[in-house]
Amino acid sequence: MSEMSKIVRTISNVIFPLITIFGLYVIAHGHLTPGGGFQGGAVVASGCIMLLAAYGSAWAFERIKEKRLTAFESLGAVWFIGVAFLGLFVGGIFFANFLVGLKLFDNFTLFGNIPVVGSTLADINTGGVLPLMNFAVGLKVIAGLFAVVLVMAYASSLKEWKK
Amino acid sequence: MIYNIPFIAVVVMIFIGLYAVVFRRNLIKMVIGITIIECGVNLFLITLGYREGGVAPIYTSLPKGTRYPSEMVLPVPQALTLTSIVIGVAVLALMLSLVMHIYKHYGTLDVRKIRRLKE
Amino acid sequence: MTTRHIVAVLVFSIVAVFFVFSALMIHPFGDPGSPDMDNHIIKNTQTEAGTNNGVTSVVFDYRGFDTLGEATILFTAVAGVMMIFRRKKR
Repeated sequence: MSEMSKIVRTISNVIFPLITIFGLYVIAHGHLTPGGGFQGGAVVASGCIMLLAAYGSAWAFERIKEKRLTAFESLGAVWFIGVAFLGLFVGGIFFANFLVGLKLFDNFTLFGNIPVVGSTLADINTGGVLPLMNFAVGLKVIAGLFAVVLVMAYASSLKEWKK
Repeated sequence: MIYNIPFIAVVVMIFIGLYAVVFRRNLIKMVIGITIIECGVNLFLITLGYREGGVAPIYTSLPKGTRYPSEMVLPVPQALTLTSIVIGVAVLALMLSLVMHIYKHYGTLDVRKIRRLKE
Repeated sequence: MTTRHIVAVLVFSIVAVFFVFSALMIHPFGDPGSPDMDNHIIKNTQTEAGTNNGVTSVVFDYRGFDTLGEATILFTAVAGVMMIFRRKKR
């Protein structure tokens, strides 16, 4: 695809940080409000695809190699399985939630508070192992969706496809 | 019988998708039909777990006076629907890549002309 | 209206009758049958899983194994698309 006009490129540059911050907020607060890893990852991937549509696929493919994107996705998968195996070593069961109520140093818990039963306000320090898993799955979804769209957009604009 | 209307809507959606897969000749229209069948199945999973007058099963700032297990919607069908949507996206990406490859090799998208297996 | 079309329409209508009969015999729309497992999950999700969100605790804690299988499916789809569009080195 070729690039779009100057107005479209400028507005995409202005809006892209806002979309990324909103998507990262949906990923990070997955254990308090509706949302989580898959939903927030789809939002950030949509922002990246908007930039790809505004600047053209030939320009984007010179700067972003697809090997780095697949490396990001594999990093997300290894992180997810690493947290699951850590639950096996510390807690005794595969996928155990070992961070709930665990005090590391004197008064410092890493996502370990237990919320009061009933309707409460949001406390980001709760959740156990869930926020770590949310970040891993969000990274995997962002890298996977963006890599697929980039490869398909570049491959359909080569010379040998136009008959 | 009038209160089972969402399940009848699911049956109508599945039959629209099935009609597009069986009676059309263009490959892209068949792919769209498969996606419509998948959307119908996701709708069926969500409407299995509804409770009359219920709220979402989230404890952050509940509305006042909600009794917990008897006025909340069931959470397990929503988790299964999340997985099903992601699987639908993965299958759609693979199907569209294969359709692009077939078009590059044969030059046409008509299903009745793409029958040779050798060459 | 060839014979093939008439046979296809007949088979479609028979299958549609079966589908509509089954759709009318499921439990009525606002009133699920026996929600014992979901009642247990809603009551104990703040002490056992330690979070406020019921749906996320089901996806990642009570049924985390299904999420592991879904991550594998995402990886397989991306690997398949990359393999179809590879470039031959000269």
